[in-house]
Amino acid sequence: MDFIYEFGKILLATCKDVLPIIVLIVSFQLLVLRQPIPHLRRLIVGGVYVVIGLALFLAGLEKALFPLGNMMATQLSDPAFIYGPGEIITQADWKAYGWVYLFAAMIGFSTTIAEPSLVAVAFKANEVSAGTIKQWGLRITVAIGVAFGISLGTFRIVTGTPLYMYILAGYMIVIVQTLFAPKNIIALAYDSGGVTTSTVTVPLVAALGLGLSATVPGRNPALDGFGLIAFASLFPIITVMGYAQLMQWSTQRKIKYMEKKNAI
Amino acid sequence: MVIKLILTKIKRAFTDLLPIILVIAFFQIIVLKQPLPQMGEVLFGALLVVTGLTLFVEGLEMGLFPIGESMAHALARKGSLFWLLCFAFALGFSTTVAEPALIAVAWEAAEIAGQGGLIDSSQESLRKYAFGLRLSVAFSVGLAILIGVLRILRGWPIHYLIISGYVLVMLMTIIAPQEIIGIAYDAGGVTTSTITVPLVAALGVGLASSIRGRSPLVDGFGLIAFASLLPIIFVMGYGLIVF
Repeated sequence: MDFIYEFGKILLATCKDVLPIIVLIVSFQLLVLRQPIPHLRRLIVGGVYVVIGLALFLAGLEKALFPLGNMMATQLSDPAFIYGPGEIITQADWKAYGWVYLFAAMIGFSTTIAEPSLVAVAFKANEVSAGTIKQWGLRITVAIGVAFGISLGTFRIVTGTPLYMYILAGYMIVIVQTLFAPKNIIALAYDSGGVTTSTVTVPLVAALGLGLSATVPGRNPALDGFGLIAFASLFPIITVMGYAQLMQWSTQRKIKYMEKKNAI
Repeated sequence: MVIKLILTKIKRAFTDLLPIILVIAFFQIIVLKQPLPQMGEVLFGALLVVTGLTLFVEGLEMGLFPIGESMAHALARKGSLFWLLCFAFALGFSTTVAEPALIAVAWEAAEIAGQGGLIDSSQESLRKYAFGLRLSVAFSVGLAILIGVLRILRGWPIHYLIISGYVLVMLMTIIAPQEIIGIAYDAGGVTTSTITVPLVAALGVGLASSIRGRSPLVDGFGLIAFASLLPIIFVMGYGLIVF
């Protein structure tokens, strides 16, 4: 009974999210375009699927994954687990947090794989590129970027170094990469930064950041707890462009090799 | 036949979820050396997630993608720049202003600003601050989609726009108050929700494919990138003006 109540609440919230979109589309169709919506029945069924699917997805996450993920984030960043029980720590030792970095990387990777908006963008990219961009290839590349980003973000919280230095360095890398990356991947790479962080990743990652900054000595959750999401949206841009460069480079090498072979 | 189809779809969703299960099991059993609590609850939740993801992807292909693209085609055919830009702005603004993640972040930002003594820490002024922040982020997302659509129409190369955005972020980081920087960077990530992303992607690709001389791959993407960059600039700007 409790669950049905919970689910109803989530379903209602999802409907509220969709409402402005429906109002916008319907009013534009009727007032500006002045034409009936094509394939209306199919669209309505699809829309209902999206809302119910998203609500089920969120309900499941809240029931199973979030409590577990939050609990694990707190346990792993607990000083008693990291330094052994009974030790009193005044200065954080960044080398002691190995498991935290690994957990951050792996949770970043695995939540990104399950992220619905990334599924949507990968689907579109595959369709538009006529199959040259593989759905799983893009998703794994983006997930590696998120994994690296979040892991580095936890390192930043532990060491207490200023956030903007990392972000600015990341921007520099992106700018330099843009000069060399194949032109047709650039827009998609920039987009993949924004899609990684929604339904699944944000709550888990935010819990990790706040938990960590609350337990590491000398950190202030209000100031140091933020910023993990920024890392998670910056590094996929770098990995997607890097992957495209690597592919381009290896194709060129193959072509050169073939030419050489043909010449002989 | 139908059952087989459903089974393949569910298997696909299960593959998506498998990494999370493995990571949690590994850390719980091997690193933390603790049993998994409430196995029944967790399994039930996982089942819901798999079903939900399957339905969501199915609904994307049936509903969200087609409506986004057909709106883009219809607006492009109509040939009115004004209405197209109106639609773009309204789409960005309306989907962001009520976004739960944004409401949470705005409220947290207000509390931090109140604690830091940057604004008056009474409930009233906190609420006003949070609401102003939400409005400015929603406005910036609307503006971002509008600029992105204009870029597709005019065929401007995306990297000039994005790189100038980055330079602006860097410059503002130097002068913006320290407390707002982390929130501003995060605001870029939380604005793009799961329903907005497919719709915006379909809008971009639909527009690019209905305009002669635009490639859907080179020009169709990039709207989401603007929507995650502009809020950073606006939130820092808001911090500069209010304090």
